[in-house]
Amino acid sequence: MAPLLQVENLTIGFPRAEPVRNLSFEVAEGETLAIVGESGSGKSLTALALMQLLPRAARVSSGRITFDEQDLLTLDASQMRRLRGREIGMIFQEPMTSLNPVMTIGRQISEVLKVHEKLSGRAARARAIELLNLVRIPGADKRVDDYPHQLSGGMRQRVMIAMAVACRPKLLIADEPTTALDVTIQAQVLDLLDTLRRELQMAVVLITHDLGVVAQWADRVVVMYAGRKVEQALPDDLFKDPLHPYTRGLLAASPRLKNDFHYRDGALTEIPGSIVSAVGEAGCPFRPRCTQARASCGHHIPPLTVPAPDRLVACPFTSSIKAVPDAVALRY
Amino acid sequence: MPALVRIVRTLRRTLLQAIPTLLGIIILNFFLLQLAPGDAADVLAGEAGSATEESVAALRARFGLDSPVLEQLATYLNNLAHFSLGFSPRYGMPVADLIAQRLPGTLTLMAVALIIAIFLGVILGSLMATFAGRIPDRLLSVFSLLFYSIPSFWIGLMLIVFFSVKLGWLPSGGSGTIGSRLTGWAALLDAARYMVLPATSLALFYVAIYARLTRASMLEVKNQDFVRTAYAKGLTPFGVTARHVLRNALIPITTMAGMHIGGMLGGAVVVETVYSWPGLGRLAFEAVMGRDFTVLLGILLLSSLLVILANAAVDLVHAWLDPRIGAR
Repeated sequence: MAPLLQVENLTIGFPRAEPVRNLSFEVAEGETLAIVGESGSGKSLTALALMQLLPRAARVSSGRITFDEQDLLTLDASQMRRLRGREIGMIFQEPMTSLNPVMTIGRQISEVLKVHEKLSGRAARARAIELLNLVRIPGADKRVDDYPHQLSGGMRQRVMIAMAVACRPKLLIADEPTTALDVTIQAQVLDLLDTLRRELQMAVVLITHDLGVVAQWADRVVVMYAGRKVEQALPDDLFKDPLHPYTRGLLAASPRLKNDFHYRDGALTEIPGSIVSAVGEAGCPFRPRCTQARASCGHHIPPLTVPAPDRLVACPFTSSIKAVPDAVALRY
Repeated sequence: MPALVRIVRTLRRTLLQAIPTLLGIIILNFFLLQLAPGDAADVLAGEAGSATEESVAALRARFGLDSPVLEQLATYLNNLAHFSLGFSPRYGMPVADLIAQRLPGTLTLMAVALIIAIFLGVILGSLMATFAGRIPDRLLSVFSLLFYSIPSFWIGLMLIVFFSVKLGWLPSGGSGTIGSRLTGWAALLDAARYMVLPATSLALFYVAIYARLTRASMLEVKNQDFVRTAYAKGLTPFGVTARHVLRNALIPITTMAGMHIGGMLGGAVVVETVYSWPGLGRLAFEAVMGRDFTVLLGILLLSSLLVILANAAVDLVHAWLDPRIGAR
């Protein structure tokens, strides 16, 4: 069966830069795919490209995005509008600013239903209350008339989720849905997303830089660096045996590396340098920051290889790195 | 109805706070006007042409203009305390009656001008924001700059030249056809015909301001996250603008409109003079020329009250537009 969403060789260009290059991935129905990477790796732009909501200056310069057997890049504006909010829902990073401050949450949820399902005002309101119940907002029938500023951050993100799933989309794109929330609220929101995914049989593209989120909620992981996919794996494989030096660095920089590790026990490692160093790099974009870099890394961009079933990695030296366990982490 | 209670409470508080403000305005204006050379008796005598020392002194005595300044102020304040605005030496009638005659004309003119200005300004501003940086935006920017910088009396004169003299479509002055005994719709239509030119000349300056303000405000709102959310819901660009952008963008415009109500009264003086519109502005102008300070003080008092009320109204509109503001 064809995957629900298939992205092939996607390249997004600004006038002076290409923040996403040759990115390919696919999402099966009902699956949660996590896209991981640090700020500036092109995760959010990829999400916006799926919705065709890129900023004005950005263009998809090449590639194909196939959703439900339609090529999204060939759809006109009104066809795309029919998909947005109905077939593909999206949740944004900032629940504080992503809701209209002068409209009640009920009306903001109803709006989707009125546009796509042509519901009357009363029916849409009733559905909005149902949806608020669905996202576990207590006292939904009263809360429906609240304005966003009367809700907490976690509540607002729930409202965003209610809006995104209102029309039972086949695909939900969650762009860092918990970054702006308290840690205690993060797990609740992600649990909710996971439950809804099962109840509504949605596929989820979960964009995050939080590896803890990936470990717990993703079916498959794509690691991005400087606009490219550097590694793809099942979460268990990725955490047990990271292949790409960047992934290893990420894991080493995360307190989840060992189960009993805590901030108190010692300093976390860091990946030296910043993603800016990838600009203008002829070879492997990670080379300037890579502890394992060799002369040949500067010659050409390493292609994705298949070191094991269900895995992809863009580094030719993974086997030699493996010989030195935790090489990256131990260096510091 | 909590909304109604809130409105009443806001208005009551505003009025209570207005009393010291008004008192200050009266006293300040009273002394300022004393600085002007001459008084009503001088002007009346000058116009009569055959006045003697004695007759001028008699006039002064009759209107209380010969008593000391502080005593005059005390008399005026005493009158006010008894809800009387005093008596006009020049018109020979109570100031309150005089103002009551002229107030409706000015209020209609201002209201129509403000409505035209906000309506046109918001529409043009939305167009400019939609086409920001492209030809429609550039063209409208040039026009708004033009109307912003041309004085309203000149616009008034040019409108008269074009629409009354050349085309003969609209009357050049006054507020209704003299001697016509129209009623109902015909009377309204007649009044509207006389209203078009003065209201337009008064409004154009403000159209320019609101258009530029709407443009800036909408461009700012358009970059906010919730607008992207609205697009992600599958709304059309028009739906996003009308339902999400505009209401947020209107908040600074209501603030400005409230502040402009006072300024418009000043603009009305010029426009009413150009179009011989029987309004408060022209009355104020005539009162200055005739040194009729009782009338002038009455008008100043009334207009400051108008500004205070307008600000209270803006507060209420704000609370309605933006739930985050709410009642204080």
